Amino acid sequence: MINEIKNQTVGALLGTYPFAAVYFDGHHVDTKGRESVTVVDVFSDFVTAAGEDAVTTADELLEGLSEHVQQMLLFLADDLDTVRSLNLLPGTHKDGTPENFTNITINSGETICIVGPTGSGKSRLLADIEWVAQGDTPTGRTVLLNDQVPDRKWRFSPTHKLVAQLSQNMNFVMDLTVEEFLEMHAESRLADNVSDVVVRIIDQANALAGESFAPTTPITSLSGGQSRALMIADTAILSRSPIVLIDEIENAGIDRQKALELLLSEEKIVLMATHDPVLALMGGRRLIIANGGIEAVIETTEAERVILKELAVMDRRMTDLRNRLRRGERLE
Amino acid sequence: MKLVTVCGPPSSGKTAVILKTLEAFADRGLKAGVVKFDCLSTEDDVLYEKAGIPVKKGLSGPLCPDHYFVSNVEEIVQWGRGKGFDLLVSESAGLCNRCSPHIKEVLAVCVVDNLSGVTTPKKIGPMLKMADIVVITKGDIVSQAEREVFASRVAAVNPKAAVLHVNGLTGQGAFELSSLFDDEEREVESLIGYQLRFTMPSALCSYCLGETRIGESYQMGNVRKMKID
Ligand SMILES: Nc1ncnc2c1ncn2[C@@H]1O[C@H](COP(=O)(O)OP(=O)(O)OP(=O)(O)O)[C@@H](O)[C@H]1O
Ligand SMILES: Nc1nc2c(ncn2[C@@H]2O[C@H](COP(=O)(O)OP(=O)(O)O)[C@@H](O)[C@H]2O)c(=O)[nH]1
Ligand SMILES: [Mg+2]
Ligand SMILES: [Mg+2]
Ligand SMILES: [Zn+2]
Ligand SMILES: [Zn+2]
Repeated sequence: MINEIKNQTVGALLGTYPFAAVYFDGHHVDTKGRESVTVVDVFSDFVTAAGEDAVTTADELLEGLSEHVQQMLLFLADDLDTVRSLNLLPGTHKDGTPENFTNITINSGETICIVGPTGSGKSRLLADIEWVAQGDTPTGRTVLLNDQVPDRKWRFSPTHKLVAQLSQNMNFVMDLTVEEFLEMHAESRLADNVSDVVVRIIDQANALAGESFAPTTPITSLSGGQSRALMIADTAILSRSPIVLIDEIENAGIDRQKALELLLSEEKIVLMATHDPVLALMGGRRLIIANGGIEAVIETTEAERVILKELAVMDRRMTDLRNRLRRGERLE
Repeated sequence: MKLVTVCGPPSSGKTAVILKTLEAFADRGLKAGVVKFDCLSTEDDVLYEKAGIPVKKGLSGPLCPDHYFVSNVEEIVQWGRGKGFDLLVSESAGLCNRCSPHIKEVLAVCVVDNLSGVTTPKKIGPMLKMADIVVITKGDIVSQAEREVFASRVAAVNPKAAVLHVNGLTGQGAFELSSLFDDEEREVESLIGYQLRFTMPSALCSYCLGETRIGESYQMGNVRKMKID
């Protein structure tokens, strides 16, 4: 790879690999007006000009660039991150006794709930999945992807994160408008058609949130519900992570059912640690956690689905009353 | 004994991450100690002591903490070996964004936090560019999208590093980091003959030596002037 890129002109390289621009920028190497110079010469000139301030050698810069290009190419090779199924193989409870299941398979497009008292090991189970445990975590569990021992890239690569996480207390902190922010995210994900993707995310987010926002709204001034709606739409559409963890989003002020449908429509595996009955019953199965282990796997029954329908009616009524309060109306 | 250098901008979460990681390290029945290098004062040693972790602190006073680090690290290694540690972690403040304590053949970690802004990775310099492992903290307070953008900027600056997300408050990800420390095979008996990954800046002017008066005639040694046109 190094040999392949070093004698190309910068212009040719950026033509083939537009994403390499962030690498030059990250190392403060200015490429403007130098498109017809070879990569190796641009690096050598840069290092010479920096003199004693040079942080790296031209060789190191080349090596890094080659690594960056390879990683990005891997990232773009779609088939590599297709996760169709996830398998959990048993480990032990906190007291060392074995877990009593043989193999739990979760397929893409499926929602699973994780329930259990505080300290029981819910977060550890989610961490086992994120780290694709191979008997090397405190639980001794093994996680397989597509029935196979997974590639180690899932552990360390920033571009191949297995798990995207949505949790209650997250905020936006960047000083950008919704549109600018989504463009930046789309570019970092190397999305093909940035402006289309941005429009799609904003539409979906507005469908989830009660009150809609404009593309020019600063992300830091979104309401709690709008922020979460935007985070969910963005995660569903832009995140490449095949698994989404949802950690307690009960008071979200968004349409939870639609949010879940959006995530599932993108063929993700959704795992929720929640004790919210509406969310819990939306899942097809529940993993019951106690003493550090998975005690049981419960299928959501028909009777429970009837309860879910009742809850959904109550939920809508609550939302409706809340909206009327907001508009200054009487509730009687 | 294994040795790990941990650096990163102030308040990026180094102490919090080291504390959680060493907790997980101790759960494996292994013994670890810490040495903390800072300029003027530090309260980190109290935090480590409270957690039952043996700690030595080094205050560089008027010197750059990273220069002070290299001048003392061999003695610190011998202290750690004398104590029978399986692992010694050095924490240093990285005040000038230009120095880096990383040593060739010694596991190097850089801690950066999600709140510091997306342009931070390219500003940090050798301590990030030359790290083997980059730990990103404070993911609990930003959105999933911001985490992804930040991590991709880190990867663009240091494509070779393993990138880990660790929450300094809850310890999420700390077990995983501790397993990387445990996997480290290189043992250090003495650092004599080892080399820094990157030269320290030659900061040796009259102001380094205590000069306070302003004016050309007081400026001696390695002085550099801005170009103003
Ligand atoms: N099977 C196990 N063996 C050993 N330790 C375990 C096991 N399962 C969990 N632990 C440890 O127990 C502690 C509590 O677990 P965890 O944080 O996952 O609980 P939780 O269910 O998420 O609690 P909360 O509801 O308070 O968030 C953690 O330190 C975790 O590493
Ligand atoms: N919310 C949050 N706070 C953190 C995290 N990691 C560290 N902190 C806090 O950030 C502050 C600075 O952390 P500290 O470890 O002292 O940073 P250091 O100067 O790099 O050693 C402390 O108040 C920590 O509690 C994290 O992952 N999330
Ligand atoms: Mg938990
Ligand atoms: Mg500290
Ligand atoms: Zn310095
Ligand atoms: Zn000086």
